[in-house]
Amino acid sequence: MSEQMTAKVDVDLAQPSILSRRSPWRYLMLLAGLAVLVMLPYWIYPPVAMDILCWGLFAISVDLLLGFTGLLSFGHAAFWGGSSYCTGLIAIHWGVPFPVAVLGGSVFAMLIAWPIGWLSVRRTGIYFAMVTLAFAQMIYFIANQLRDLTGGENGLQGIPRTFFGIEAVETDAFYFYYAGAALIVVGIAIAWRVVNSPFGRVLTAVRDNPARARALGYDVEVFKIKAFVISAGLAGLAGGVFAISHGFASLQELSWTTSGKVVLITVLGGIGTLWGGLVGAGVVVTLEDYLASSGFEGIGLITGVIFVVIVLLFRHGIWGTARNALRKYVIERRRSRHE
Amino acid sequence: MSAFIQYTLQGLAAGGFYALSALGLAVIFGVLGVVNFSHGACYMLGAVISAVLLAELGIGFWAALVVVPIVMFGFGVLMERLFVRWLLALDPLYNFLLTFGLTLIIVEAVKQRYGVSGLPYEIPAGLGGQVTVGSVNLSVYAIFACVFSVVVCLAVGLLMTRTRIGMIVRASTENADRTRAFGINVTRWVTPVFGFGIALAGLAGVLAAPTRAITAEMGSNFIIILFAVVVIGGLGSILGAVVAGFLVGLVEAYGVAYAPAYAQIVIFVLMAAVILVRPSGLFGREEVA
Repeated sequence: MSEQMTAKVDVDLAQPSILSRRSPWRYLMLLAGLAVLVMLPYWIYPPVAMDILCWGLFAISVDLLLGFTGLLSFGHAAFWGGSSYCTGLIAIHWGVPFPVAVLGGSVFAMLIAWPIGWLSVRRTGIYFAMVTLAFAQMIYFIANQLRDLTGGENGLQGIPRTFFGIEAVETDAFYFYYAGAALIVVGIAIAWRVVNSPFGRVLTAVRDNPARARALGYDVEVFKIKAFVISAGLAGLAGGVFAISHGFASLQELSWTTSGKVVLITVLGGIGTLWGGLVGAGVVVTLEDYLASSGFEGIGLITGVIFVVIVLLFRHGIWGTARNALRKYVIERRRSRHE
Repeated sequence: MSAFIQYTLQGLAAGGFYALSALGLAVIFGVLGVVNFSHGACYMLGAVISAVLLAELGIGFWAALVVVPIVMFGFGVLMERLFVRWLLALDPLYNFLLTFGLTLIIVEAVKQRYGVSGLPYEIPAGLGGQVTVGSVNLSVYAIFACVFSVVVCLAVGLLMTRTRIGMIVRASTENADRTRAFGINVTRWVTPVFGFGIALAGLAGVLAAPTRAITAEMGSNFIIILFAVVVIGGLGSILGAVVAGFLVGLVEAYGVAYAPAYAQIVIFVLMAAVILVRPSGLFGREEVA
C-alpha cells in the first residue's frame, strides 16, 4: 500500500530531465559542479568541505533507496558507522594507504548490509523504516559491547591518514580534501551509473508498481536487496572517508540520530534527485558548523524545526523545487515559441 | 528459582511500559495510518511532567496518574491539529519524518530546560519496599506497575470490544472507507484517537518515573524497542501490541539477568526471528504487497 503512495507523491520528480542528453547545458552544469568541488576548500574550512562531501554521498546513498527504489532506510548509520570503524581499524593496524582502508570499510558495510537487507525487504513501506532502524540500533549495541575492538564509549582514536608517503595529503587538511574528494566523486559516479542503467530502471519499476514488476518476471526482493547493498557500500565509502578525515570513529556515527540526520539531508535536498543530497549536505553541515562555532547548543532544536518545516511545506526539497521551476520555465518558453 | 521469579516480575513490569505505549502506537496507526516516532518522546514527557509536578506543585504520584494522561491527551490533540493532520493524505513516511522532527525538538527542549542529569522521583509511599511470598522477595512497586498496566490494557480492550466508540475505532482500523460508507464520521474520531494514544504513552511514562532515570534521552532507546515490539506483535493488531510488549519486557529482563552484555541485542534477534518466520508479526495479518 505505502509503496504505491511513495510513488504517487514523487512521480513528477522521476520523469526524465527536460534537458536532452546532448544539451550543452548539461555539460555546463557538470562543469559548474566540478568547479564548485575544486573551489570549495578555498571558500570554507577544508575539513568542513570534506564533511559536506561525505554527508552528500551518504545522502545520495539514502536517496538511491528512497527516491529510486521507494524504500526509506532509517538505519543507514549502521553502514556509515560500521565502515568508519572498519576503515579506522584497517588504517590503524595495517597502515595501508587510506583509500584501501576506505575500500575495506565499504566492503564491510556491504557485508553487514546483506543479511539486514535480506531480512528487512520482507517488510515494505513504513515497516521497512522501523525494521532497519531496529537493526541499526542492534549494530550500535554490538559496537558498544566490543569495547576491545571499538573503544566503546571513547570511540576509536588516532586513525592515521596514510597516503603513499605524500606528506602534504597526510598532514594538511587542504590537500587531503582533494584526495578524499576523488573517492567521493567515484561514489557519486557509481550512484549515477546505477540510477541511469537498466538495473536502475527496474528499481524505478519496483518503486512505482511492485506487483507489475513482479508480473514482468523481475524478482522484486532480489532487486531491493541488491539496491540496499549497493547503497550501503556507498554509505560505507562516505563513512570511511569521514573517519579518515576526522581521525576517529565514535558511537555517534552509529546512532539513530545519524540515520535521522542523513534522511533529513536527503529530504532537504530533494527525494529522487540524486544531486540534491550534496546541496542538502552543504546547507545542513555549514549550518551546524556555524551554530557550533557561535556557541549555540540546541542543534537538535534547529534540526527538528527544519525537519518539520520541509516535511510540511517543502516536500520536493531544494533541488526538486529548483528543478520543477526550471522545468516549468522551459515548457512555458517552448509553448510561447510555438504560438 | 527465587531469582527467576524476580526477573519475571521485573520483566512484566517493564513489559507493562512497553505494552501500554505500544497499545497507543497501535491505536494511532490503526485509525490514522501514522507511525508516531515521537511516542518515545511522549513517554519521556510523561515521566518528566510527573517529576516536575511533584517538585514544583507538590502533586504526587497518584494524582499524576490522572493528571499526566490528561495533559498528554491535550498535547496529542495539539500535535494532531497543528502538524499531523496536514500529512494524513500523503505517504505515511512523511508523518514518520514529521514526528521524527518533533521528537528532536521535544527532546532538545527538555534537555535545555532540565539538563541532562536525571530528575529525582521516588517510589510513592505505600508502594515502596518488598513483599515476601514464600521464599521470594518481590518489589511492591513492580507488582503494582505490572498489575496496573494489565488493568489498563484490559480496560482499553473492553473499551475497544464492548462500546460503540471501540466499534467505530476498530471498524476504521479495519477499513476506513467502508466505515465511512456506513455513515460513520471517521474524521471526527481522528483527533481524539491520536490524543488517546499519546495519553497512553504519557501514562507509561508516569509508571516508569519511580523506577527509571528521568532524562531527556529516556525515550530515545525506548522508541526503537517499541518499534521492535510492534514489528513482533504486528502493528495492525491491538492484542499483538500488548502481548509483544510483555514478551519483549520479559526477554529484556532475562537478558539483563543471564547475559547482561547482550540484553539489548536479544530483543532485535527476536525481532529478526519473527520477521523470518512470520513477516507480518505474531498477530498481524498478511500484508498485501
